[in-house]
Amino acid sequence: MKIHTESGFYAKIKCHWSVPRGTEERTGRRSCQNRLWKGSNPVETYLDNSATTRVSDTVAALIHRMMTEEYGNPSSLHRKGFLAEQRMTAAREQIAAVLGVRREEIAFTSCGSEANNLAVLGAVRANRRTGSKVVTTAVEHDSLLAAAAQLEKEGFQVVRVAPRSDGSLDPQEVAAQVDENTVLVSVMHVNSETGAINDLRTIARLAKRNNPKVLVHGDCVQSFGRLPIAPESWKLDLVTMSGHKIHGPKGVAALYHRKGVRVQPLYYGSAQEYGFHPGTENVPGICGFGLAAEEIWAGQKKNMALYTELRQLLLEKCREIPGVCINSPLDGAPYITNLSVPGVRSEVMIHYLEQLGIYVSSGSACSKGARSHVLTAMALPLERVDSAVRVSLCRDNTPEDIEYFCVCLAKGAREIARVRS
Amino acid sequence: MKELILLKSGEVVLKGLNRHNFEDVMIKNMKRRIEDLGAFRIWKKQSTLYVEPQSEDIDMDLLVSRLQTVFGIAALTRACIVEKNFEDICAKSREYLAETLEEARTFKVEAKRADKLFPMTSPEICRELGGQLLEEFPHLRVDVEHPDVTVTVEIRETAAYVHTNQLPGAGGMPVGTSGKAAMLLSGGIDSPVAGYMMAKRGLELIAIHFASPPYTSDRARQKVISLGEKLLPYTGKIRLFVVPFTEIQEQLRQRGPEDYFTLLMRRAMMRVAEAIAKREECGGLITGESLAQVASQTLPALACTDMVTELPVLRPLIGMDKEEIIRIARKIDTFDTSILPYEDCCTVFTPRHPKTKPRPAEVARIEEEMALEPELFQRAVDEAELVVLSRRHSGYREV
Repeated sequence: MKIHTESGFYAKIKCHWSVPRGTEERTGRRSCQNRLWKGSNPVETYLDNSATTRVSDTVAALIHRMMTEEYGNPSSLHRKGFLAEQRMTAAREQIAAVLGVRREEIAFTSCGSEANNLAVLGAVRANRRTGSKVVTTAVEHDSLLAAAAQLEKEGFQVVRVAPRSDGSLDPQEVAAQVDENTVLVSVMHVNSETGAINDLRTIARLAKRNNPKVLVHGDCVQSFGRLPIAPESWKLDLVTMSGHKIHGPKGVAALYHRKGVRVQPLYYGSAQEYGFHPGTENVPGICGFGLAAEEIWAGQKKNMALYTELRQLLLEKCREIPGVCINSPLDGAPYITNLSVPGVRSEVMIHYLEQLGIYVSSGSACSKGARSHVLTAMALPLERVDSAVRVSLCRDNTPEDIEYFCVCLAKGAREIARVRS
Repeated sequence: MKELILLKSGEVVLKGLNRHNFEDVMIKNMKRRIEDLGAFRIWKKQSTLYVEPQSEDIDMDLLVSRLQTVFGIAALTRACIVEKNFEDICAKSREYLAETLEEARTFKVEAKRADKLFPMTSPEICRELGGQLLEEFPHLRVDVEHPDVTVTVEIRETAAYVHTNQLPGAGGMPVGTSGKAAMLLSGGIDSPVAGYMMAKRGLELIAIHFASPPYTSDRARQKVISLGEKLLPYTGKIRLFVVPFTEIQEQLRQRGPEDYFTLLMRRAMMRVAEAIAKREECGGLITGESLAQVASQTLPALACTDMVTELPVLRPLIGMDKEEIIRIARKIDTFDTSILPYEDCCTVFTPRHPKTKPRPAEVARIEEEMALEPELFQRAVDEAELVVLSRRHSGYREV
């Protein structure tokens, strides 16, 4: 296949039909060279798994069955309803098992953003008598920052702790902001853009030493099912997790709320999901989420070994490409790597790579191309912020994917730079 | 830093020559309770049991909370294994105790020197280590009367251990050492508490539930399964028998006087439960009755129900108030499930004015007049459905 960057538009159209994974031939992996030069359509190389993931076949089959056969309303008195309720309870249990908590402590919501809003707005509003200060960080997900901004409008004091230069947070610094008047501390476990891991356990321990009543919320959307999370021993009160980041469906997420923690609903209706998410439950989605959680947790150790291997390979290969710098901390989550090719704008690189069937992102998918607040908060040079590319892995990725990506990245860096100069 | 858990057995230590039998059962129960967490080495020496994880990645907090539900253990302590020289004891103590001591205001050091070959005496160890810790954590004060934290150093033959305050265990006797009994599980607040209390005294449990479809629903049955599952951390596997009770209840309702209905039903339940219990080799029945709580739980009524069974009927809640029962139900986390609003077999056909002072002779006469077919009870026993509750197979996931 020939690539015409100069006549970009047509090239894009021509190469639009990359073959989705799963429909490709199962006769063995395609090597990097194979992908580049043989066959007219490139095989899909999906490296944007922190944005969303491919739903696993078993999960999709379960969802289909729940939609066409076991479609009862869990609130119905009859057996069809009861069976749906049981299915949902099973899913709740599958998710609780990953965290090692009780199933009653898991409430389903329609997305991670909703769970974050529920955690921040709901918990703070319900506990406003205990104080008026909220501590969070400058590198949170938009949903959390927006919810915090809303609290600010309602008269709460919001403190946003800045990250260290590698994107991670100093637990001491976060905890130091917690005083008698603080209601909630909310910190992301794994940063969605850089992969920096925050030590939630230490943050919670230190925060509760300053104020035993303070609630601690962990946004674990990027770590659930991938890294061990133990809300009970870490003393977390609220934990957000989401289905579509772990090969489950979109439209379903969950909030762990420790028994006894008061959370005010965001909207009102019947008592579904402990009153947190009224309305008939998304049973197919919930069941899919449950199964996806069980599947990913069963392979957690194996997946981790794979991510580590692939990350090692990615770093090695990137070192060979002139100009590429790594923005992620090296001790971060191995499945997220943020890198920059200074001089090539993220958007251009993304569209260049998509022609070759590679899908990566510039940062959080939710910000749709706006300049990354995370990298900016890390005080990186603007040139690096504007050229950041995030490579995020899942259990289906192979070393060939990484090699192919690196070859194409190098090619892109060369060609785009040439066009500009 | 390697950690292990030291366990002190409770009443078991008072047993005589058969003490090891009790301890062996307890160890077996413990193993079953923690086997999914990883590999452990468990051994006993004198009156202490040791649980040592064989790999680094075991969640110690989870291990402790699991062991806290094993009956027979009076107290447990999480300890750090140190070498038997004073330098290592100090170095590891400083590191291991950092979190705890940072949060404490006062402390003291205790030393137990079982190995008399260790060059320092216990008071010397206390003095020296205490001094070193004070230097490291200058905010601390020593308080030998009521310290926030007691740092204990144990020098034993094979190794030395450093630990802080001990945690309470579940107490009681190891499950299985007192034999086996059948609990009648209705779905209310009391019966799971009764089962928990008898398991605490070393009984292995089976459960019997009476279901009366269509008067009771699948949800009521599921509620009982959930309640049984809540007890599993304490009891281990439970065989639950769900007895089809509709026919018996309808017959009693049609043929017997209304005010005796509850009593006749209790007697019928006892008969069926006894048959299942005997088949399952149980030595007794367990109910959640509390004296005078409802009409069927007055002294004459209890006398009438007891008459139909040869097995001892254990009623651990007999002298307890509802509030006391609820406190335990909350502790074992059955309360929230128990109060789910589904009709159960005991609330179906409840008479408006039940008899509170029945006479045994009168009850016997009524039963004779009703002339129920003898196979009625046998059929219920035979058709009882077995649901095995175990931690590995949650009832929900088998659907």
